[in-house]
Order: sequence, then structure tokens, then C-alpha cells
Amino acid sequence: MPGLDIGYMVGLVPVILGYVPLTLTMASAAMVCALVLAALLAVERVARVPILDPLVMLFISFFRGTPLLVQLFLFYYGLPQMLPLLSRIDGVTAAIMGLTLHFAAYMAESIRAAILGVDRSQWEAARSIGMTPRQMMQRIILPQAARVAAPTLVNYFIDVLKGTSLAFTLGVTEMMGAAQKEAAGSFLYFEAFLVVAVIYWGMVEVLNRGQNAMEAYLGKAHAR
Amino acid sequence: MTSTTGISIRGLIKSFGGPPVLGGIDLDIAAGERVVFIGPSGTGKSTLLRCINYLDRPDAGVISIGALTVDAARARRADILSLRRRTGFVFQNYALFANMTALGNIMEALLTVQHMPKAEAAARARAVLAETGLSDKADSYPAALSGGQQQRVGIGRAMALGAELLLFDEPTSALDPELAGDVLDLMRRVAEQRRTLLIVTHEMQFAREIADRILFMHSGRIVAQGTPAQILDAPQDARLRRFLARLSG
Repeated sequence: MPGLDIGYMVGLVPVILGYVPLTLTMASAAMVCALVLAALLAVERVARVPILDPLVMLFISFFRGTPLLVQLFLFYYGLPQMLPLLSRIDGVTAAIMGLTLHFAAYMAESIRAAILGVDRSQWEAARSIGMTPRQMMQRIILPQAARVAAPTLVNYFIDVLKGTSLAFTLGVTEMMGAAQKEAAGSFLYFEAFLVVAVIYWGMVEVLNRGQNAMEAYLGKAHAR
Repeated sequence: MTSTTGISIRGLIKSFGGPPVLGGIDLDIAAGERVVFIGPSGTGKSTLLRCINYLDRPDAGVISIGALTVDAARARRADILSLRRRTGFVFQNYALFANMTALGNIMEALLTVQHMPKAEAAARARAVLAETGLSDKADSYPAALSGGQQQRVGIGRAMALGAELLLFDEPTSALDPELAGDVLDLMRRVAEQRRTLLIVTHEMQFAREIADRILFMHSGRIVAQGTPAQILDAPQDARLRRFLARLSG
């Protein structure tokens, strides 16, 4: 078995690092959109709006019940055949949309649980002083639910970040795609993919540190 | 009809799927009157208070507070909100907003319900907090307050909107006796302000001292009422006598 070509790997690091901004852009965009959508879905699931509720349940069930890769292919390669308007969507946008819908479904359930975790008597207290349901959600329930859900949501962000590597299958040259191209020229597949793995690992470690710091901060909040 | 705020209740019925918890309550309470509800647990005292605030929606019945009349048969959201804005509710377990300081809890209704400018709301809330004797705890979150302090903030929150009708649902039941004292003291001071008070409590000594009228509830009905002396010292109703005998045990 030939040894690792360390020199090749070192040279490859800056090349792959050049694609980190694209990865972070896709992950951040998908995360922000997914958070907003998940919060709306969660509030609906708690309020159980007639007619809307079964649709939301169907949405969550589908996006949790099918693989992300299948969803991405369905959007990017499948849907444009049905809806020609979608054929102009590029791989990056399709990946962001796919990640958004997929992770919104998961995060909606976490946020819903966090909402229901807020002591029932606080809901009643909010109603008793004449707050509207919307005011109650915005001012009392969601701020507390956000604290409870925050560590879980960071975990989902880590999954979103790693999930962006699937954009490679939609023809996007991101970290994974770049490594694949490099390896195809050098035939050093192990080295190329090892560099990608280590860079992902490093990014996730940074997020883990941030999560620990955040949990320590949230644990202290409201204790004054 | 008087111009200040009393409350009139007609035919109030509530059940939670089973037998009625409230079996048709008729009740008139004058402005500034201090009424204490007593009775065995599960006889509808708390449910009556919760129905007056529409925390539990009555199955039937009409509630009138001043010029506002809310009929359960056709109460709309706007009616319910105006009813709640005219009544303050104090919960057995305090139910403070955990994400807000003591001052924030009292200020919240002024900001969101009355849309008062922030500086004005803060000034008003500080005045209310001073009444509760907790000015030094303005920036404390509920988690850092004792049960008695939390309940005093809870009373402040209920008073903040200027509601003339205050509903107290067993305000000291979750407190140790020595902490309950501070809460009862605050309630005595509130009682001097000519607000209408409806209090559910098991503190008989306090009831005797504060009440203009005591109502004894049994099986979802008001079965005896009168002055503290009439109810506590010379009870006529057999069920009331049994209830009092068990208390003095």
C-alpha cells in the first residue's frame, strides 16, 4: 500500500478552503429560511388551524420520511419536467431550497416541543391580562421556547452544514465537488476526500464550541 | 345601576364534559365589595373565577361588569378581551412570565395591551411595584424571587391595568405560612383601595377579617352567604357546618 502523499494534501488545503465561503453561504441561507418556516409550522401545529393543520402534518411527514438526497433529486431533476418555470433554477438555489424544506420539517417538531414546554400557567397569565394570541406568542412563549430549542437548533445547523455537500450531486462545485475534480486529475482520491473530511470536521468543532458557550450563557439567563 | 364597577352574573353554567361544575350561578357584587368564596375543593370556586375572566369559557350565562355585558352564547374575541382588560387575575402558582423581570411582568400589559409609551409604562409599573413593597427587586427575574415575592409581583401585574375587579384564585395556597403573611398584608392594602375583590381562599382568619360577604359553595352552587359573623359564627346550612367543623378539626 503506497503511503499518504502529504505534500499533495497540504497543497490541496487552500484550494478546498476557497470553497468554504460557498458552503457557509448555502448553509446559512438554508438555516435562516428553515428557521422562519419551522417557527411558522410549529406555531400552526400548536394552534391547530383547521384545514391548514392536516396539510402541515403532511408536509412534515413527507420531509421527515424521505431521504434528503431523494428530495434534492426530485426538486432539481424531477420537478422542472412538470413545471418548466423551475428549469431555470441553478444547483445552489435548488440545494438551499431542498435543505430549507427538509430541515424546517425537523426543526418544526423541536420548536413545537419547546413551545409546549413553556409552563401552561404563563399562557393563561398572558390571556388573563388581555394579550392577543399573537402578542402572547411573540412576547412570552416564543422567547422562552427559543432558549429551550437553541442547543438543538445548533445541532440541526451542523446537519445543514454537512448536508450542503449533497449539492455536489446537483452539479454544484462546492468543497466536495472541488475535491472530486482534483482527485480525478491526480487519482489521489483518499488524500482529496480526507482533506475535505478534516475541513468539515474542523468547522463542526468550531460550532460545537459555540454551542457549549451558548448553553452556559442560556443556563445563566433569567436567574438574576 | 351604579356608575362604578360591580359585577353581575346570571345563569352561569360550566361543565368539563361530565356533570356541571357550575350549576347556574346568579350573583351580584357591588362596586368596592370584598367577597370571599369558601367551600370544599372541587366545588367550582376556582372555575367560577376562571369563567369570570373567560380563562374557562362558560357553557352559558351572562356576565356584566359596568357597562360591559358578555353573554356566553355569543361572546366574541373582542368582548372577551375587553372583559379581561377590566379584570385582574391572581394565580395560585403565581404564573409570572419567566423571561421578564419583576418590573417587566408588571409593565407588560401596559405596553402590549394599553400601548402605553415605554417610559410612561415603566414609571407606572415602578409605582405599582412600590405598592407591593418590592422596588428593590425591579430587575430580578422570577427564578430569583421567593414564592411570596413572586405572588406579590403577580398581584402587581393584576393591578397594573387599573382593573377595578380583581380575582384571587387561592393566592396563598402554594406558600409557606410565613411567606403567606406578606401576600395577605398586600391584599389588605389592596382592599383599602375601593377595588372590587373576589377571593377564593382557605385562610378563614383572613376571610373573616377582610370580607364584606362570604359565599359558601357546594357542588357548583352558592348554598349560603352572609357576613363573616353569619357564615363563620352562626352557620345555618348543614353542609357549611360540616365544612367548618372539618377545618377546625
